[in-house]
Amino acid sequence: MAFGKAKRKSKMVSYAKWGYIFLIPFVAAFIVFQLYPLFTTFYYSFFEYFKPQVSDTFVGPNFVGLENYKTLFTNSKILVYLKNTVIMWILGFIPQIIISLLFAYWFTNNRLNLKRTGIFKSIIYMPNLIMASAFAMLMFSLFSNSDTGPINSILTMMGFSPIRALDTVGGTWGVVALMNFMMWFGNTTILLMAAMMGLNYSLIEAAEIDGASQLQIFFKITLPLIKPVLIYVLITSLIGGLQMFDVPQILTNGKGSPNNSAMTVIMYLNLNLTSRNYGVAGAISVFMFVICSVFSLIVYYFFSRNSASSSLRKKV
Amino acid sequence: MNQEYIDADEKIDIFLVEADYALKYVNRGVSADVKDLGLTDDDMSQMYEYTKEVMTSTDGKIKGVSWQATPGLFAYRRDIAKEVLGTDEPDKVQEVISDWTKFDETAAKMKDKGYFMLAGYDDSYRTFSNNVSSKWVDDSNAIVIDDAIKQWVDQTKTYTDKGYNNKASLWSDEWAKEQSPEGKTFGFFYSTWGIDFTLLGNSLATAEEDGGKLEKGNGLYGEWAVTYGPQSYFWGGTWICAYSQTDNKEVIAKLMKRLTCDGETAKKITEGTQDFTNNVAAMEELANSDFQSAFLGGQNHLKLFAEVAKNIKMDKTTAYDQGLNESFQGAMKDYFNPDSKDVDTYEKALENFYEKALAKYPDLKKPA
Amino acid sequence: MKGHLVKESMSLKLWRAVSYIVLIFFSLLCLFFFFMLIINSTRSHYQIQQGFDFLPGSNFISNFKKVLSEDQFPIGTGLLNSLIVSGFTSVLAIYFSAMTAYAIHVYNFKGKKFMFNFILLIMTVPTQVSALGFVDLVNKMGMRNTFYPLIIPAIASPVVFFFMKQYMDSSLPLEIIEAARIDGSGEFRTFNQIVMPIMKPALAVQAIFTFVGAWNNYFLPSLIIQTKDKKTVPILIANLRSKDWASLDVGEVYMMITLAILPVMIVYFSLSKFIIAGVALGGVKE
Repeated sequence: MAFGKAKRKSKMVSYAKWGYIFLIPFVAAFIVFQLYPLFTTFYYSFFEYFKPQVSDTFVGPNFVGLENYKTLFTNSKILVYLKNTVIMWILGFIPQIIISLLFAYWFTNNRLNLKRTGIFKSIIYMPNLIMASAFAMLMFSLFSNSDTGPINSILTMMGFSPIRALDTVGGTWGVVALMNFMMWFGNTTILLMAAMMGLNYSLIEAAEIDGASQLQIFFKITLPLIKPVLIYVLITSLIGGLQMFDVPQILTNGKGSPNNSAMTVIMYLNLNLTSRNYGVAGAISVFMFVICSVFSLIVYYFFSRNSASSSLRKKV
Repeated sequence: MNQEYIDADEKIDIFLVEADYALKYVNRGVSADVKDLGLTDDDMSQMYEYTKEVMTSTDGKIKGVSWQATPGLFAYRRDIAKEVLGTDEPDKVQEVISDWTKFDETAAKMKDKGYFMLAGYDDSYRTFSNNVSSKWVDDSNAIVIDDAIKQWVDQTKTYTDKGYNNKASLWSDEWAKEQSPEGKTFGFFYSTWGIDFTLLGNSLATAEEDGGKLEKGNGLYGEWAVTYGPQSYFWGGTWICAYSQTDNKEVIAKLMKRLTCDGETAKKITEGTQDFTNNVAAMEELANSDFQSAFLGGQNHLKLFAEVAKNIKMDKTTAYDQGLNESFQGAMKDYFNPDSKDVDTYEKALENFYEKALAKYPDLKKPA
Repeated sequence: MKGHLVKESMSLKLWRAVSYIVLIFFSLLCLFFFFMLIINSTRSHYQIQQGFDFLPGSNFISNFKKVLSEDQFPIGTGLLNSLIVSGFTSVLAIYFSAMTAYAIHVYNFKGKKFMFNFILLIMTVPTQVSALGFVDLVNKMGMRNTFYPLIIPAIASPVVFFFMKQYMDSSLPLEIIEAARIDGSGEFRTFNQIVMPIMKPALAVQAIFTFVGAWNNYFLPSLIIQTKDKKTVPILIANLRSKDWASLDVGEVYMMITLAILPVMIVYFSLSKFIIAGVALGGVKE
């Protein structure tokens, strides 16, 4: 009404305030539910603040400086948990990236010309939507230690002897990695496919005419060109991996057995939160924050040393 | 503890607590003094003393009542006993397992004939943990590892290494399997509730709901018997507590009286479920009668239980028992388990235990 | 030339065969465990303990009935709770993310670039890090054990925002907004009545992803919800896991797991092509 007619010269400026208005919900929700809690978490990490078993009231908050951090690094195995988290992530991620690249390449390769790719894609993507806790509960039930447990019974049918997978460190890591792999490789395949399809095919054609082999083309042309998406996949997978919780938590009922090998940082955080040990929980959270930031920065700077960083923004 | 968040209609009126975490509720405001509800000393006169003692708060109020007393015994397979020991009579079997040394010897015999003495790591835990001479936590809030507990660790490690157990964890799939007709374990440490609650179901070849009958011929029904075992102990027990802000006092009082103070009800419960009820008179009566348990091949197990029940003392419990028992058994499993190679010493497993225990109970500390 | 083609054809054929085999292998891997799940949910506890059987049993209905009447794990209420939480989360996430993307896309204001980059940055911060403060805040607000803290924060969803922004970049030319203004439409009206219909495909895709994400969410809800009647499905599954295994009816366990994942599976298989297209569309995963 009044806007359109009167403000012909500074049309853009007068609408600017609407930019702020439309941003209010997001900003408000973010500040209240994410920023403020982040600060309080950091704040509590410097306080002794827990609820003893035998009483109805809390001890603290009493300021104790870096005491919680000291406890964390001397009395707890937090670094072992970090190691476990990274190992379980890598064990799943390496097969994930290899298979996804392979499948994405196959799906987009004109010469290979695979049929019925739609069905394959539907099936391999499916595990991504499975509730991680339900999936872990399922695997726990299937890999039961009993000689007649489902997996053991199939092994026996095939002539092998029954295993107690979840009683061994390798077995537990394997099952976790397998679940992570299954839940994500389909998703990664689709993403990489989209990236590959967006490439300029004439480049590849030219290389083929010049006599380059498929292998050379893949490694020297395709991969570098989809680098931004690869970096995106790596960072998001890493951050997700560091936060690993549902799968090992449900699989081992929060214990991380055997021998704490499946205990992740977030599982340890959860243990402290549910025991109402808020001071230490705060320290763990800060630790986690620092680790995630450091890892992201390393990956980001290490891999995007060229102008791919701006194309990362566009792609993402 | 979360009652403030619920409306009046839906608030709970009663709740059940198990021995392991009973103390958590005894000294707190949530549980009601049963005398406030209308129970009298006279009503509770037939209860075994320890069931009242353990639920008495520091200011002398009784906060919960139980319909059970839970003396522990050793349940064994009659068929395996006959094969390896030549007899299945409880008195004779008791002779060869009357103390830990004899128990170990019998275990070796079992191994020779291809059987396991025990199913797994945690089976004998309670015989040691409920005979400790010190509490889990001392007055300075430091954790105390009693000698009896250490004995359990040593015994279990030896048994696992020698193959006397089938490396099962309590309540797991493979543990339950050992109680079934396919199991090869000689015996289980069980308390009274265990017989009906767990052993019975696991022993049948055809489940009740699939039409299986509770009679001899269905799996291991009738093939079990009980005897005292190497050490007397108790295990668990459930108490009924009333929520202190309940508005249903009369109903609760009636319920409590009926279940835990009434001799007739007590008898019925025992006859029906082989559970050992919290009524001295009723139990003595049945113990001296012709009571027979078909499941236990005709044995009057109440006689043995009644003996043990008189001697139960629950004065070494703490509010931290549940978490500490659980964490300790979990941590020691790594030490016993031949597959976890880096926890090869007791000390390493102990470190893991302390870490978990302190994370769960930040008010505790490690021993000096 | 002909010889060259023939040679290529042979190795190509081999290559193609290999890829089909590998694809089939991994597809079977993905399906295998769920096949076992479905089979076991049709068998009784007793049958399952005996060993695995590739043929289904006849206990589907009885397991189903048992699970529904299971008091300790009220899966019926759980499914309903999950539905409510996921539904509202989804609606809030897509609506407000579209609104936020609209702000950045259409308006020029000071700090716009900063805002955009800032939201980008937020995406790399894991939400679990502020869990402690979040729970503390929720307690202080008196919203413990309610659904509000599970739903309202969805208003600020950086990942969904990004997806919307990208979609707007390619599908929402500014001329449309200008035209609407000239026609006399107020800003809010333009957004709600003209822009939102254009965003439908993006909204639909993200509606599904946010719904599924909320449905499967375990960590934070488990810290907020305390009572049985409000528990969502993942929390019930966790409770199931912490019970003594020997005291459970295993047929019920498999049935519960099936019920937990079934709703999402039904949505997925009816819309799989659409969903997969959506993944590729934004290059963003949920």
